[in-house]
Amino acid sequence: MKILVSAKRVSDPNAKLAISGDGKWVEGDVEYVMNYFCENAIECALQLAEEHGDIETVALGIGDPDETDRFIRQGALARGVDRGIRVTAEEQEIDSDLIARIYAKVAEQEQPDLIILGKQSVDGDSNQVGQLLAEYLGWPQATFASKVELQGGEVVVTREVDGGLEVLQLSTPCVITADLRLNEPRFASLAGIMKAKKKPLAEFELDDLGLGDAKPKVRIAKMGLPSGRKAGVMVKDIDELVAKLSGEARVL
Amino acid sequence: MSKILVVADHDGGALKKITLNSIEFAKQWAAKTGGSFDVAVFGQGVGVVAQALTGYGAAAVHAVDHADLAHALAGPQAKAIADLAKSLGATGVVGSTSSMAKDALPRVAVRLGAGMASDVIGLADTAEGLGFRRPMWAGNLTGDVVIDSAVKVITVRSSAFDVAAASGAVSPVQAFAAEPGAASARAKFLRFDGTVSSRPDLTEASVVVAGGRGLKDRFAQITEPLADLLGGAIGATRAAVDDGYAPNDYQVGQTGKVVAPGLYFAIAISGAVQHLAGMKNSKVIVAINKNGDEPIFKVADYGLIADAFTAVPELVSKIKALRS
Ligand SMILES: Cc1cc2nc3c(=O)[nH]c(=O)nc-3n(C[C@H](O)[C@H](O)[C@H](O)COP(=O)(O)OP(=O)(O)OC[C@H]3O[C@@H](n4cnc5c(N)ncnc54)[C@H](O)[C@@H]3O)c2cc1C
Ligand SMILES: Nc1ncnc2c1ncn2[C@@H]1O[C@H](COP(=O)(O)O)[C@@H](O)[C@H]1O
Repeated sequence: MKILVSAKRVSDPNAKLAISGDGKWVEGDVEYVMNYFCENAIECALQLAEEHGDIETVALGIGDPDETDRFIRQGALARGVDRGIRVTAEEQEIDSDLIARIYAKVAEQEQPDLIILGKQSVDGDSNQVGQLLAEYLGWPQATFASKVELQGGEVVVTREVDGGLEVLQLSTPCVITADLRLNEPRFASLAGIMKAKKKPLAEFELDDLGLGDAKPKVRIAKMGLPSGRKAGVMVKDIDELVAKLSGEARVL
Repeated sequence: MSKILVVADHDGGALKKITLNSIEFAKQWAAKTGGSFDVAVFGQGVGVVAQALTGYGAAAVHAVDHADLAHALAGPQAKAIADLAKSLGATGVVGSTSSMAKDALPRVAVRLGAGMASDVIGLADTAEGLGFRRPMWAGNLTGDVVIDSAVKVITVRSSAFDVAAASGAVSPVQAFAAEPGAASARAKFLRFDGTVSSRPDLTEASVVVAGGRGLKDRFAQITEPLADLLGGAIGATRAAVDDGYAPNDYQVGQTGKVVAPGLYFAIAISGAVQHLAGMKNSKVIVAINKNGDEPIFKVADYGLIADAFTAVPELVSKIKALRS
């Protein structure tokens, strides 16, 4: 069996970001971290491989060459993923649709049985790639997974949905997107970090993939700041709170 | 001329109110581009829901009934939505940010060759054409995105739009025959474990009482009496859900639900950016926390430094006293 997982970097969510000069992107001297949901996806693949044996794991990252390679090695290969694939692209010039089409091309070559992605990127917050990919491939999907089990040739997935938990059974090949409660991602061991340096990492340019039209459908025209909130007042006790809520705020 | 198709949310028998926020967005979009909108309900036995949607000015309400749509599995759901959109010549498809719409609409976009913008909070004119404004980076920034494809797919953040007003006219209800076919293969619904609650939906409530990890195993004991007194819903932080004090669908935030009620109580919640992303547009925010340095106080209209275990029961009894 083969599992394809994702390795995407994102800027640290607590970093102060500024809007770039052209108004279309972000800049700032920020730290990057692995997209949290990718960590859950990677952990899921590793646990399945440990539990069932004979599973090859492959991580795909799309982006700037050096940075993407660093995250594939440190975030995926060092944790135990067998090998990596990087597709070079300019982050600012790809949308979820183009990313899904890249994944679909890689899936055609690699023929994985399972693709496990994160449910969303915590920078763009689109929550689209897994679903787009499943449709491009014509595969079934289970998004927002909080539990994944292999049972014979089938995959049983518990999903976090509105109103509770839904359980689906999918046959392979299929696409799963990971939610945060799926697992507790492991740390890379020192031995894992050493081994990762020697693991294979294949490189592709967008042109190598035969995508046809490698243009995004969605572009950022302008970025902005949301309107902020005025800081309020501190009250000294419950009596004052109740007086404010029923008085000036008129909400009681 | 634009033709916009709004996909309704329902839970089997009853319409979900967030559909009316999606309709409001569709109206604004149609007004801007000169066109009309239709509404469609997908599922099994959807007649009642379709009837509930005839009063909001849709050119037509489509009832799409099929056994394979009973559980809204993404594959068949997306095929049915896309087939209807094609038959109508729709230029836009609109859904909410319910788990159903988030699951199915990207697949609809692929079937229609459409670009998609998620979680849209408004329309914006940009130098490059009509933009769809959406929060990014956990709501710390907004992006006005333009979609180059002829057909556009949008999910809207319901809390950013009013509920559509009644139109005074009655839209005709039309049946559309879905043909899920192969799209239903290879995915099977096994079961649904629902959270049982008599309280309003988080996304519909005008009061939300949210608790954090600080409430520990007394989460329900502290939040429920206040929520019940005010007719509110209960929300939680990811930490409170992770630790098992609250069910998953109570989570408010970047990766949970986004709410903007008239009154939001943040009780024993530190105010991480990911939590703020889901509640900072509430009208009035009250924070109760024993540590006065927490970031939650930067967004709160009223802050109280206190131990929640004593402060919240006191709040309940004083509101009761005020009312009697
Ligand atoms: C990718 C990602 C996505 C995330 N998405 C979300 C999301 O959608 N929603 C979300 O909420 N979080 C989300 N988080 C988690 C978020 O970063 C925080 O960890 C979380 O919000 C903290 O929850 P908390 O405030 O309950 O816990 P803590 O930060 O531990 O705060 C507990 C608070 O309780 C107070 N307290 C303790 N005891 C008492 C008492 N007796 N009385 C009064 N106050 C008391 C403490 O002073 C403290 O402020 C996400 C994180 C990541 C990495
Ligand atoms: N540049 C990328 N490289 C690798 N995987 C990605 C990339 N962008 C998105 N993904 C995957 O797609 C998921 C959903 O992304 P999004 O639709 O952008 O929110 C992420 O959680 C990742 O698993």
